[in-house]
Amino acid sequence: MTRTAQGLDTAVGEIRALREEFWQNVTVPGSGDDLNQNLEKAGRVADFFELAELMCIDARERNESCGGHFREESQTAEGEALRDDEHYSYVAAWGYRGTGEPPELTKELLEFHNLHPSQRSYK
Amino acid sequence: MEFTLKIWRQKSHNEKGEFISYPMDNVSPEMSMLECLDVLNETLMVRGEEPVAFDHDCREGICGSCGFVINGVAHGPERATIVCQLTMRHFRSGEELIIEPWRAEAFPLIKDLIVDRRSFDRIIEAGGYISVSTAQAPDGNAILVGKDAADQAMDAAVCIGCGACVAACPNGSSALFTGAKIAHLGILPQGKPERDGRALHMVAQMNAELFGNCTNIGECTGVCPKGISLEVIAIMNRDYLHASWKRREALEATIPPALERNTHRT
Repeated sequence: MTRTAQGLDTAVGEIRALREEFWQNVTVPGSGDDLNQNLEKAGRVADFFELAELMCIDARERNESCGGHFREESQTAEGEALRDDEHYSYVAAWGYRGTGEPPELTKELLEFHNLHPSQRSYK
Repeated sequence: MEFTLKIWRQKSHNEKGEFISYPMDNVSPEMSMLECLDVLNETLMVRGEEPVAFDHDCREGICGSCGFVINGVAHGPERATIVCQLTMRHFRSGEELIIEPWRAEAFPLIKDLIVDRRSFDRIIEAGGYISVSTAQAPDGNAILVGKDAADQAMDAAVCIGCGACVAACPNGSSALFTGAKIAHLGILPQGKPERDGRALHMVAQMNAELFGNCTNIGECTGVCPKGISLEVIAIMNRDYLHASWKRREALEATIPPALERNTHRT
């Protein structure tokens, strides 16, 4: 599976449209007064829309290939994953800032003192 | 295949329930009973009616979430089969299936086919565990277990806690469940140090809940989706008697069951 900036932008747009449609047209049988398994499921779907959008935003932000995240723009001449340690040596944690607001990125920097990361080779 | 599903509908514990009939056609014989209810729920949702609430999770017969009574038999007519694995081909087309929840004092109804089985959780809390230091996995050959003991423990350990035994018992007894838990731990060397206390506490908790007593009817083992044998009840009784005798001086005052925990129940 590979990702591109353009593909991720499209995905974010599509997820937002789907989410909007969900909130406009969702039908949840029953009420909130007693146990309602459908309300439970609808809540989960709503959560997954937010999570899916955030995953795309996070993948869009990271303009490098790293681990399972392969961005087509960032590859070696041989088609291997190309990291960008100068800009992306951090773990990203995203904070929720309200509906429709862009999430807030907090970076936890990765510092290497003894062993330094290098280009991997699986050959 | 065609069926009429006559299902118990009850909005909540405090409201009155009733049977409602739902005709179904085009039922695939390969469907499980739960999938049949899924299909029914889809049509109910399209019609704007409230779907039938029922518990389910793994749908491969190992989690113990699902279960209801079909035509008077817990988990339906197939022996050693739970409703998620009961396929519709086991019924005759055109049949009426009467589906109702577990009915037992100790399992108060929550909605439709869902009942509150936390009384089982409280029995487990009372002693259904072994206390060991965690950390590194022990050497697999450090504690040897004979094949007979391993088999006997495993036969009891297959209990998934679905509650069919209680629902099937005319007394609403949980002896098969509690017995299975006591037996599967007590037979193994790892469970032996706490064997006495386990039997005393779990039986005390079982008695504190609204379960009835075991009178050796055996319906529990007949409906058990895992085919647990009545032997586990004998093991429970033996462990309990043994522990009571060994601790007879301490037992002059009865072990207080964890009644205070019951007050959380609504």
